[in-house]
Amino acid sequence: MAQVLREVEESPAAQAVERVSVGVLASIGRRVSDSFEYMGGLTILTWETLKTIFRLRIRFAETLNQCYLLGYQSLIIVLLTSLFTGMVFSLESALTAVQYGFGSFVGGIVSYTVVRELGPMLSAVVVAGRCCAAIAAELGSMEVTEQIEALKSLGLAPVRFLVVPRLLALMIMLPLLTIFADVIGVKGGQWIAYVQAHIGTQDFMASARQTVGFEDVVKGLFKSLIFGIVIAMIGAYQGLTTTGGAAGVGKSATNAVVTCIIVIFILNFVMSYFLYAGA
Amino acid sequence: MAQPIARLEDVCVSFGERVVLQNCSLEVPEGSIICIIGLSGAGKSTILRLLDGLLLPNTGHVYLREHDICHMRESQLIEMRTKIGFAFQFAALFDSMTVGENVSLPLREHTTLSEKEIHEIAMHTLDSVGLAHTYHNMPSELSGGMLKRAGFARAVVTNPEMVLFDEPTTGVDPIVTHLLTDTIKRLRKQLNSTAVVISHDLQSIYMMADYVAMLFEGAIIAYGTVDEVRKSTNPIVQQFLQGSEVGPIPL
Ligand SMILES: Nc1ncnc2c1ncn2[C@@H]1O[C@H](COP(=O)(O)OP(=O)(O)O)[C@@H](O)[C@H]1O
Ligand SMILES: [Mg+2]
Repeated sequence: MAQVLREVEESPAAQAVERVSVGVLASIGRRVSDSFEYMGGLTILTWETLKTIFRLRIRFAETLNQCYLLGYQSLIIVLLTSLFTGMVFSLESALTAVQYGFGSFVGGIVSYTVVRELGPMLSAVVVAGRCCAAIAAELGSMEVTEQIEALKSLGLAPVRFLVVPRLLALMIMLPLLTIFADVIGVKGGQWIAYVQAHIGTQDFMASARQTVGFEDVVKGLFKSLIFGIVIAMIGAYQGLTTTGGAAGVGKSATNAVVTCIIVIFILNFVMSYFLYAGA
Repeated sequence: MAQPIARLEDVCVSFGERVVLQNCSLEVPEGSIICIIGLSGAGKSTILRLLDGLLLPNTGHVYLREHDICHMRESQLIEMRTKIGFAFQFAALFDSMTVGENVSLPLREHTTLSEKEIHEIAMHTLDSVGLAHTYHNMPSELSGGMLKRAGFARAVVTNPEMVLFDEPTTGVDPIVTHLLTDTIKRLRKQLNSTAVVISHDLQSIYMMADYVAMLFEGAIIAYGTVDEVRKSTNPIVQQFLQGSEVGPIPL
């Protein structure tokens, strides 16, 4: 019996199975330890950045510049996505609602969803695609061309010089963009409700006002603020940890966007749970 | 020999499996020009990174004056680096700024000089490396050799106590090589600043160096004045200085 077992153990097939399973385990282990390292590094960087902000070590001109580049330049794309989403949402709901006789609720349904979920989420996802990649690519190419080291060698902290302006810009601009997204999303919905289902502007807005409170708007904007932090920090962290030349920069930018969008979706659920459902 | 301004003590550095420095020790006497020579990939740039605190050794110590940089906090390192200039091997100019802004940046951030004075000093420093006309150009508009000189200007513009030059004369024409060598010597003479220079240009080394150190297989195998090193009986040093294919250095 023992003899047979030993033979089985020593057979090439068994060894191959063992190799594969060890390989799989090792790769899972590496993934897990990599993601812990990622989260740790991201946390430290965020902490450093917030500390620098609290000490008011801020470069205002550069922050304004980043507000323009990251915020203002995202305005059109945020408006377009929000407008069409508000419109399609209204298109889907208005006719059905009228059919079942509660057309007067459409304004509420559309604006409730836009203000609490769609506005913050859509702006965040769109800005993540644009800005998270841009931040990761810019800082990444500075890293691989030794510009980050050069900055340090001049006695300048990359966190203060590069990360803080980008973080502040997104913390200011993403909520602002979300306000625009909310407004245009609701307006688009209102227009389609009128064209498609003949729901009057006044009815629509009255229902919207009744359903959506000031609190909902504030909570939505709070989510945007958090998304702004996530976008800036993931982009910056990916950028600053880039290795491997031009190919590495490309990889960093892609990773940054993918990670960022996943994190935004998860965080959105968590925050909605605690802000709305949990309350 | 003067008091060392910087000192490596039994430093080991490895990247993954690759051991770059092994028990490497080196003293940089204050107010001297010390040239480090060695094969490509020997770890010369790594030594400069250690001296600037941009890289921490796996084991061993790096002292600046009497402070061990391995025990410094990041904020202390940043403060310390304002007194050290670093001219990078590939210039590493900030490509979002003009050449002039690159050179004025350390002045703007670390001094209380007026804009006019900053402009004057930056212009003067650029002029000393023959680049005054590129003040308003973007780095992408300059050739490799010009970038290097702009990086050189940025490293010395604040008159630091110690300047680390990573191959300042590689890829630069002979006339500019002469100009840069002169600039390094003049800085030492005017400000008694220390220079650590990595160079493959033996002629300019012989012209400026007080001390020469040769790095080979992770450690300094020869150290002394130019004459001492030139007369060294170490066959590796001799082969390197003569640029011969035959000898103990594996190709
Ligand atoms: N960040 C790094 N990661 C991995 N290897 C590195 C890194 N920096 C340097 N090395 C390796 O260390 C060795 C020495 O590099 P370096 O100090 O730049 O040499 P050089 O003497 O030519 O300036 C090289 O083999 C290089 O591949
Ligand atoms: Mg080098």
